[in-house]
Amino acid sequence: MPKLPLFLILIPFLPFLCTSFSPENPSSRRVLVLLDDLALKSSHSVYFKSLQSRGFELDFKLADDPKIGLQRYGQYLYDGLILFCPTTDRFGGSIDLAAILDFVDSGHDLIIAADNNASDLIREIATECGVDFDEDPAAMVIDHTSYAVSETEGDHTLIASDDFIKSNVLLGSEKIEAPVLFQGIGHSLSPANSLVLKVLSASPSAYSANPKSKLSNPPSLTGSAISLVSILQARNNARILISGSLVMFSNRFFRSGVQKAGTLTKHEKSSNEQFLTELSKWVFHERGHLKAVNVQHHKDGEADEPSMYRINDDLVYSVEIYEWSGRSWEPYVADDVQVQFYMMSPYVLKNLSTDKKGRYFTAFKVPDVYGVFQFKVEYQRLGYTSLSLSKQIPVRPYRHNEYERFIPAAYPYYGAAFSMMAGFFIFTAVHLYNK
Amino acid sequence: MVGKAEPVNGSVKSGSNQSIPAAMQSPLKKSDLIPNLSLKTLKLKTKQQELLIRVSILCLVYVLAFITRLFSVLRYESMIHEFDPYFNYRTTLFLTEKGFYEFWNWFDSESWYPLGRIIGGTLYPGLMVTAAIIYWLLRFLRFAIHIREVCVLTAPFFASNTTLVAYFFGKEVWDSGAGLVAAALIAICPGYISRSVAGSYDNEGVAIFALLLTFYLFVKAVNTGSLAWALASAFGYFYMVSAWGGYVFIINLIPLYVLVLLITGRYSMRLYVAYNSMYVLGMLLAMQIRFVGFQHVQSGEHMAAMGVFFLLQVFFFLDWVKHLLSDTKLFQAFLRITVTTAIAVGAIALGVGTASGYISPWTGRFYSLLDPTYAKDHIPIIASVSEHQPTAWSSFMFDFHILLFLFPAGLYFCFKRLSDATIFIVMYGLTSIYFAGVMVRLILVATPAVCLISAIAVSATIKNLTLVARAKNKVTQTGFVRGSSSLKGSSKASLDQSQPFQRNGAIALLLGAFYLLSKYATHCTWVTSEAYSSPSIVLAARGAHGNRVIFDDYREAYFWLRKNTPPDAKVMSWWDYGYQITAMGNRTVIVDNNTWNNTHIATVGRAMSSYENEAYEIMRSLDVDYVLVVFGGVTGYSSDDINKFLWMVRIGGGVFPVIKEPDYLVNGEYRVDKGAAPKMLNCLMYKLSYYRFGELTTEYGKPPGYDRARGVEIGNKDIKLEYLEEAFTTSNWIVRIYKVKPPNNRWERCSIFTLGPHCAALPFSGNVSWLGRINFSTNAGIG
Repeated sequence: MPKLPLFLILIPFLPFLCTSFSPENPSSRRVLVLLDDLALKSSHSVYFKSLQSRGFELDFKLADDPKIGLQRYGQYLYDGLILFCPTTDRFGGSIDLAAILDFVDSGHDLIIAADNNASDLIREIATECGVDFDEDPAAMVIDHTSYAVSETEGDHTLIASDDFIKSNVLLGSEKIEAPVLFQGIGHSLSPANSLVLKVLSASPSAYSANPKSKLSNPPSLTGSAISLVSILQARNNARILISGSLVMFSNRFFRSGVQKAGTLTKHEKSSNEQFLTELSKWVFHERGHLKAVNVQHHKDGEADEPSMYRINDDLVYSVEIYEWSGRSWEPYVADDVQVQFYMMSPYVLKNLSTDKKGRYFTAFKVPDVYGVFQFKVEYQRLGYTSLSLSKQIPVRPYRHNEYERFIPAAYPYYGAAFSMMAGFFIFTAVHLYNK
Repeated sequence: MVGKAEPVNGSVKSGSNQSIPAAMQSPLKKSDLIPNLSLKTLKLKTKQQELLIRVSILCLVYVLAFITRLFSVLRYESMIHEFDPYFNYRTTLFLTEKGFYEFWNWFDSESWYPLGRIIGGTLYPGLMVTAAIIYWLLRFLRFAIHIREVCVLTAPFFASNTTLVAYFFGKEVWDSGAGLVAAALIAICPGYISRSVAGSYDNEGVAIFALLLTFYLFVKAVNTGSLAWALASAFGYFYMVSAWGGYVFIINLIPLYVLVLLITGRYSMRLYVAYNSMYVLGMLLAMQIRFVGFQHVQSGEHMAAMGVFFLLQVFFFLDWVKHLLSDTKLFQAFLRITVTTAIAVGAIALGVGTASGYISPWTGRFYSLLDPTYAKDHIPIIASVSEHQPTAWSSFMFDFHILLFLFPAGLYFCFKRLSDATIFIVMYGLTSIYFAGVMVRLILVATPAVCLISAIAVSATIKNLTLVARAKNKVTQTGFVRGSSSLKGSSKASLDQSQPFQRNGAIALLLGAFYLLSKYATHCTWVTSEAYSSPSIVLAARGAHGNRVIFDDYREAYFWLRKNTPPDAKVMSWWDYGYQITAMGNRTVIVDNNTWNNTHIATVGRAMSSYENEAYEIMRSLDVDYVLVVFGGVTGYSSDDINKFLWMVRIGGGVFPVIKEPDYLVNGEYRVDKGAAPKMLNCLMYKLSYYRFGELTTEYGKPPGYDRARGVEIGNKDIKLEYLEEAFTTSNWIVRIYKVKPPNNRWERCSIFTLGPHCAALPFSGNVSWLGRINFSTNAGIG
């Protein structure tokens, strides 16, 4: 039994083995990379190196390796998954479609790179993520106006696209100058899914068809409806990147120069590296990851949180919001965070002011309506983690002794009542004894 | 006092040849007086004997009234019954734990989510305060009992007290014999027992006592003209107002009675004093109850009392003027002008008040009392409650038995000896019998009147018969000693030919009356034991071998909720179960039996009758976490949600016209088998009730999915749930709880819902219609 001592030695290290994604430390550390062919490891080494240099442990496995698995004993072994295996029909080991979807639904990140001839399995995963690849397996995105100029005329499947989504959170603050080279299959976004977004879309003149055969029918995907690279941020903030091209991650595309057809500027280097690296930072929560902590509310002038408010109370609400910078939590600064005081519809909607140190606060008066209210912060901004905080608090009406005891407007009535009593008393006395 | 000078109107009270002023001076003495004057020689001794017998009968009746209501405790356990009592129990518990002021100001955030309910301002606190006072008193006397025991036994205790009031009332109206009979009758009358068995901790339990007490004290006040009795009656009224919404009956019946007395020329100073002080004080006191508040001067239901109040003043004024004026012609003219002006001013005030909204119009429930078809057409939520259905003849017979025949006889006796008091009891009897015909639950209000009037009939008849029998015995003294052997008596007495026959007849009739009354006692005991002692939270059925099978599914489900769901979970169910979920499951509910907000209930009804995806939107907007349905298909329990479902559709459709009743019916028929309407087969309620039911064989020799409550095979056996998942189903499937899933992680919404193609085109099969049964399906009372 040589394994037993080894196992006993390993026991103290178990906690280290079990660390996984946590909101406190959102940077994923262990990433499983599934490949069709181990040659990809070297042909796409620049991309992998950039990940490794940022501290990720990449675990390269062949997609049909029978030993691979995402979890063991109910614990996930990885924090991220990169599928660079467009042609795999079925994964080895315990991984299948359901396992990958569970992986995502438990808050882990996923990068999918498809290609033409993408397998049904990859298509199904993409479909579950709200993206439909062109049904024709041989179809590629063709663009006769914004293709990348190259030595050979070719079939215009190598596209130089610069139609990026406008978001610093997704693509970094540095402007992407050169177009991105793309060669592969196009996809469309499922209309029923509002969470998925186009990051890189094709130009209006693009269409998706088999470049080898003659176009007999109108192509099913045309123009800017075609998405080249899409992202999806799930409700649990798992992030997914879907690309129709595997080759765009390759060293070759990273290094090659690019000139978009119809333009004169020839860029030394395509923006693939910048674009994809920045996107990978977003996918692996190095950017745009917010956390909201320390939600507090109390009556104006008090410190403790009450279990119930009264109508027309003045209250103070505060929340702290931080952004993960890759290493530490930094205060998040914005002027558009709002809080609702909500009961079936918002009764109060207020902008929160910030002290630039992460704390957001406001003060308002409880409306003159009783019921079970909620403090709601629904902060959904492009690229950022969607913050959805709600805290229930009942609002009660006045107690019987909280009304004003004497109101000036009623003095005539008090007077009437007392004068009546006095008059009655005098009348009785006179009536009874004055005979 | 002014009342003294007034002559007693109508005939003098029977037996005792005493005038009212004498009674006023010594009311206690009078009660001890025996009406029977024939045995004057043995006066003292008989008096004591009679008193002893009377007191011991009353004591026995008092105990009997209590113990006959204990069947449910003996058979099941000391538990709270039905639906509303659970709310009363919960509030009483709160009251005893937190004290009166917390109770008074209680804002309950656990019901009517997210609106909440101000409990203190929307209930009649009389019952809870009564129980709490009894509890505190027992605690003070060092009886360490749980508040639940007090709550369970409050209704029987007050039923016992009611018998005492009935005795005094009977004595006031007729004589002490009638009082005793009334006490005995009301002690076991099923109409009253139905709402006052042990565990039926509801407002009516104390309210009937308060109602009868108020009436008794008012009649006493009218008879004596005493301010003190009027004051007592005002306090009785206050207790009634604090206990039950049925006080509206008092505040309308008493003015009506006064009006009748005015019209029949029985106006007297006694009436003036009694009514005015009772009305003014009663009104001031009633306004202290938060739930009533200014309604007492503002709502249409209370206007009759105010109108009569002013009318009495006009009457008094006219009397005074008549007294001053000697000229009749002048008075006639004056009368004409005054009456016209008074009526005009009253009409204008009422018109202006109603038009400006100061006087609120009559409520729907009041309308439905006057017009029994009103609720059916306009307010489905009132019509849906089984207690609010018109009464069937059989239930009159069931609840009153021989009283139903004695009642007209009693009326005859009352008319024969009209007095202010008998007029009152006649009016009380007639109006309440009418209301009992309109709504089942109002049999309860009619019961005391029916018992009293029947008691008069019984007492007067038996008295006459015994007089006949005894008169004969005086002549034939030996017959009296040897007993009532009619043959011997008749052979000796040949003085009068008709007398022996009369005596025999009398004895035969006495035996007949005895037989009828003993039948009544048997019937009452049987009804109490079989029909009215079931707690309805625990169901009992007879098994195949005649053994008693207990279904304790409700408590199982509520216990599961309490132990397995997060404390702030919101549970959506039909409103019937709201009180039980909050009281036993301790979870927040969307709607409950308080039914104060029709729109909220209609929203739940709409969710239940929509397709699953539409219902999901509604449930998300209400933050629903769990859905609870009651299903009787496995056990054959017929008052389940599927049988109540048409009411959900109607109530939902009343507010949201997208829900249309014909969508759920096939040719006007309500069915759940293959011939059911496609919308029916795919609405949320159907899916939640029959989820996984298609796999289950419920009865030997029947196909799987055979619904025993409706006796058909269900039409949609392959039910898939997309937005909900089954969380818990009780052992007999009576309660099923589903969890609402959170929205899909990666999708905005799931695939578009499609109708099963097999639904619409299947052949017509089975045509059982349960529309007739549905009326009696919803089980709880409102307010």
